[in-house]
Amino acid sequence: MAEIRRHDNRLGLWGWLGGGRWGVERYAYILHRLTGLGILLYFLIHIVVTSLRAAGIYLWVEGEFLHQPIFRFGEFLVFAAFAYHAFNGVRLVLVELGIAVGRPIEPVYPYRTSLNVQRPLLIIMMILAAAFLVAGGYDFLGLGK
Amino acid sequence: MPDSSTVVRQIRFHITRYNPELDRVPYVKTYAIPVREGMTVLEGLHYIKDNMDSSLAWRYSCRMGVCGSCGMLLNGHPTLACNTQILHIADRELTVGPLPNFNIIRDLVPDLTPMFDKHRSVKPFVIRADETEVNEPAGEFYQSPEELEAYLQFTYCIKCGCCMAACPTLATDVRYLGPMPLAAAQRYNVDSRDDGRRARNQVTGAAQGAFRCHYAGECSRACPKGVDPAKAIQHLKRRLVLDYLRLARRKKPCQKLHGPGEGKPLPNIPAAPGKTVPGDSFPNLPERSP
Amino acid sequence: MRETKYWTWHMAAGVVILFLLGLHMLIMHLGGITQLFAPHAGEAVSKENSLFRDGKLFFTVTYILLLGVALYHGLYGLRTILFELTLKPGAEKAITIILLIVGLGLFGLGTWAAVTAHSIAIAGARG
Repeated sequence: MAEIRRHDNRLGLWGWLGGGRWGVERYAYILHRLTGLGILLYFLIHIVVTSLRAAGIYLWVEGEFLHQPIFRFGEFLVFAAFAYHAFNGVRLVLVELGIAVGRPIEPVYPYRTSLNVQRPLLIIMMILAAAFLVAGGYDFLGLGK
Repeated sequence: MPDSSTVVRQIRFHITRYNPELDRVPYVKTYAIPVREGMTVLEGLHYIKDNMDSSLAWRYSCRMGVCGSCGMLLNGHPTLACNTQILHIADRELTVGPLPNFNIIRDLVPDLTPMFDKHRSVKPFVIRADETEVNEPAGEFYQSPEELEAYLQFTYCIKCGCCMAACPTLATDVRYLGPMPLAAAQRYNVDSRDDGRRARNQVTGAAQGAFRCHYAGECSRACPKGVDPAKAIQHLKRRLVLDYLRLARRKKPCQKLHGPGEGKPLPNIPAAPGKTVPGDSFPNLPERSP
Repeated sequence: MRETKYWTWHMAAGVVILFLLGLHMLIMHLGGITQLFAPHAGEAVSKENSLFRDGKLFFTVTYILLLGVALYHGLYGLRTILFELTLKPGAEKAITIILLIVGLGLFGLGTWAAVTAHSIAIAGARG
């Protein structure tokens, strides 16, 4: 018998965004990835730029280049990414170490899953991240001094 | 009580079709069918096959959410066709597709073989040092109700593949074990009769194991049986980390209670009734006293 | 089981970063509110305030610690995302080696800079 041809129905990268149902944890997951990649990119450049101070070059103080509004805004984006990644990360540590997902239960319809158990934690963390972000925005606009 | 004999309205089924011998890629064909109150998607597919297009292929068996054969993508949600009423999810239009993240064999039939291979790889059975006791049991193992509860939820899995279709990691990572096999591994890891966790850790703690899960939560949302694979995987990770850090308590698997017929009934429990059917089909049962 | 080891330390690194980078953010971006470790006038990132922190051993040590754990956490995270794209084994090996070189290189650069800046700041303070 000849081998039956199969059609590959794998969703690919699109599946990271919207394979099945869209749940709030799915958004949290994809945003955690994006902010992580953003922070990493900034961090790698940041290491090089700040290391120049050992050679007496304070690039972020000298010159006008890094003082343009676009860099200021970019810096705020990194700060926002950190706020989200950090607070969501706290939730993920608690969830992924099996602390915030609850014990196994008898599944009775309508099903309550671990998603329901950790949801309050997700909400608290997002409120804290938002508060951190507002404080940062206050500072970035120069209102702190 | 809603009347299930009269047609409520016409619903258009947009069904993914694919015949490996004729089609290069899948395409969508639309069928408008009359839908009654309480009619399931599975019944709708039957209506199409009986009256409109006999070439439509899908997989099903029990039609009551037990066998796990009819997992499909309904309006973008992976779920069981037999467990889903058309009018609950569709107003006028309903898309029916095969479960994603699997190869399509034909029409709505996904190839679940990779899932079963991964399931087999996590050793989903009780592993004990005293193997004869498992293969030729001479008595019962003691297990308390609490110990049963620790894994009972994960035993309800029917291997339908809905969780695998919903998982974002599996959308790109072919080798990731996936929610079903990992939940199965956890089911046996926490079984108090089992002593095979360390053997399973070699698979579940490897590069394509539990750590590819990032808790997007889709598997638990999709599961039609409330098994909550995401919870199982997080508990699994916890044990993996504790085992790595050597912080896990070593626990012996539970022991045999007694041999067959050696148990003593608790006081105040009345004796079992005698047999009601005459003859010697059940020679061990006592005769029923008048 | 190697992945279990990597992942456990990825989590642990995340917790360390939470505190150290949290402090870093409090100093740098909430400086207007907190006024932490910035005795000189102007912004927290000014040359004077920067030299002030570089001169403190606490900051030099935590800079290097944060540099190490953040590089590990970030590059392991990137590796995880890339590996989930089902790459060929050769490509995975190449990525691991490249990330290792980048990580160690930047760690070396950052450590050298922190130590050098520390001695410059101390020399500057002595006048």
